[in-house]
Amino acid sequence: MAKTVKAQMPGTFYRRPDPDSDFYVEEGGSVSAGDTVGLIEVMKSFHEVKAEEDGTVSKFLVEHEDAVDAGQDLLELE
Amino acid sequence: MAIRVKSPGLLTTVQDTGRFGEYAIGMPPSGAMDVFSYQVGNYLVGNEDGSAGLEITYFGPELEFTESAVIAVTGAEMPPKINGEEAPTWETLSVEEGDVLSFDYLRNGARSYLAVAGGIDVPVFMHSRSTYTLIGLGGYEGRALQAGDELQLGDARNGDARNGDAQVGKKVDADAIPRYTKETELRVIIGLASYRLTQESMKEFLNVEWTVTPDADRVGYRYRGGELGFVEREQPAGAGSDPANVVDFGYPIGSIQVPGGVEPIVLMNDAVTGGGYATIGTVISADRDRLAQSKTNDKTRFRSIELEEALAARGDRRKTLAEIKDSLA
Repeated sequence: MAKTVKAQMPGTFYRRPDPDSDFYVEEGGSVSAGDTVGLIEVMKSFHEVKAEEDGTVSKFLVEHEDAVDAGQDLLELE
Repeated sequence: MAIRVKSPGLLTTVQDTGRFGEYAIGMPPSGAMDVFSYQVGNYLVGNEDGSAGLEITYFGPELEFTESAVIAVTGAEMPPKINGEEAPTWETLSVEEGDVLSFDYLRNGARSYLAVAGGIDVPVFMHSRSTYTLIGLGGYEGRALQAGDELQLGDARNGDARNGDAQVGKKVDADAIPRYTKETELRVIIGLASYRLTQESMKEFLNVEWTVTPDADRVGYRYRGGELGFVEREQPAGAGSDPANVVDFGYPIGSIQVPGGVEPIVLMNDAVTGGGYATIGTVISADRDRLAQSKTNDKTRFRSIELEEALAARGDRRKTLAEIKDSLA
């Protein structure tokens, strides 16, 4: 099974730090453990979602600005 | 020292029954949002009513016990783990020095409560240990827990050792454990300023399936899904220009306001105590436990009831709590 990065908490998922910035990472892009791959907004604050392992993002499983549940897979890593 | 915070979770605060009775100075009560789960936690570990525990929202902390303790986790479906092994909720557990309590992902509900025999011992501020984070008072230094914090425990009931061992293994009857789903129905008493809504809008308010927004927190629960209109009028002296404005008055806990006609907000434990928005109804106290266990993006419907039904529901809830307390004594 592919490795995934999961949402720690429920909220709204964002792929970039603010509307004027590029996405943290694109499909096909590589990440290192500890890299921020998105944000989750809940209770009026934003929380960084970090990769726990090195890898290449093979696929995002949710869209920018989607509502996500805690424990939901956000993206696949190869 | 008894609990060391290894990681704090998203929003973990010390709460008790709250700082009620201070509306005259504009002080909201704070306190546990889901009073039912909080109180049952105290019953499980043999605490006196009103002992402080931890309210854990959406994502759990990692807590290391630096001495043995008796604990219970109630509330949301967010499975607790002791040293990585899943542990039961709504049941009294013993932990040893060095044990680490952590939590799996939230499945349903929004808030877990950790009760510890003896209670969390933080200074009492205005007859409560509850944290009011917006002002930075009460609780642990007036804020949510942070990594490295060290919590003390109080003395358990009757001066027993704080590890009231007699309670270990007791559990709440399965029938008495609330089941949380992604759909919530909340009973409301219409008023105090519902006359400001058009009749069609009141119908819409009660018919729409509302969605909890990510903003929902201890201050208020905000919903989207409909748009409500107010009766046209020339605003009276002292009222603001938004059609949702009235002359300032007090806001009950649970009261529902609709600034701009969109996104109703149910005011909760940390809310402002008064202001100039028409409140179109109030969620009854018996249903605020359930409200506090709804989470962002869950669905909610509001159902209008009469005061008699609200009082009966309050009586039933008290009876249920008393029965659970007896069953765990």
